[in-house]
Amino acid sequence: MTRDDIFKKVQTILVDALAVDDDEVTMSSVLTKDLGAESIDFLDIVFKIEQAFGIKIAQGELFPEGGAQDPKFVQNGKITADGLVSLKGRMPHVDFSAFEKDPQIAKVGELFTVETLVKFVEMKLKK
Amino acid sequence: MRWMWIDRIIELVPRQRLVAIKHVSLAEEHLQDHFQATASKPALPVMPMSLIVEGMAQSAGILVGHADSFRHKVILAKVSKAEMNADAGPGCTLRYIATVQQLDAQGAATTGVVELIEPSMNPTPRVVGQIDLMFSNIDNNMQGIAFPAHNFVFGEGFKILLRTSGVAWGDSDQV
Repeated sequence: MTRDDIFKKVQTILVDALAVDDDEVTMSSVLTKDLGAESIDFLDIVFKIEQAFGIKIAQGELFPEGGAQDPKFVQNGKITADGLVSLKGRMPHVDFSAFEKDPQIAKVGELFTVETLVKFVEMKLKK
Repeated sequence: MRWMWIDRIIELVPRQRLVAIKHVSLAEEHLQDHFQATASKPALPVMPMSLIVEGMAQSAGILVGHADSFRHKVILAKVSKAEMNADAGPGCTLRYIATVQQLDAQGAATTGVVELIEPSMNPTPRVVGQIDLMFSNIDNNMQGIAFPAHNFVFGEGFKILLRTSGVAWGDSDQV
């Protein structure tokens, strides 16, 4: 399956899950800020990706979970160096380059773009 | 006691499918208001769509909760789709057919078909709506938020409904 094929399927998933138009869903669209995704939508997206691509996604594999209450990973509303190492290790599909300059926990949601999902599916299908 | 919007479970295939019915009665108070007569129109007593969604949510919620013997707090988190193309008035019966699409420790996605049986000598169900829902298992998804230990979601109203429908409070039972 090509990257474009994956994108088209992801686009259909997001149109369905977030009630947006297809032209709003571009590779650079941020799920929260641009497409209006809320926390429960992330679970919906996980379910729909599993169904559409026939893959199994473990809890916390696509979107981060846990750690927000751990002072080793989060302090004063920011993700610590240890937290960033942990996140990067668990989420190779996410581009942290801009985020790590000001790693505010409140902005974690903005890490997830349509491209993040496409990359994640690509990696899962290669396994 | 919780306001129940289904009368009886008539079929349960654990982790897969549940069928429940709701009889619509003119004795129900909300039908007096929905819709009242106006100067130009007579009263039109029909079951409000929001309560039909709640009926499906209770049906699908029981199906999802039953999968782990009601150990977890599973709440309605998203109405993915809700469409109805007919009204249910007094004397009608609504059939809620809930089917699990996906189910895991985090929650569940269900699809639902609403059928309407109108009062007649030969009542035949016809499909009048589709209600797809998502449920979240808040014991697993709301880290850092404390909830009471007891399962406040599946309370006494649900227990009564399950008992009167012949469904045991546990898995691998079938009506």
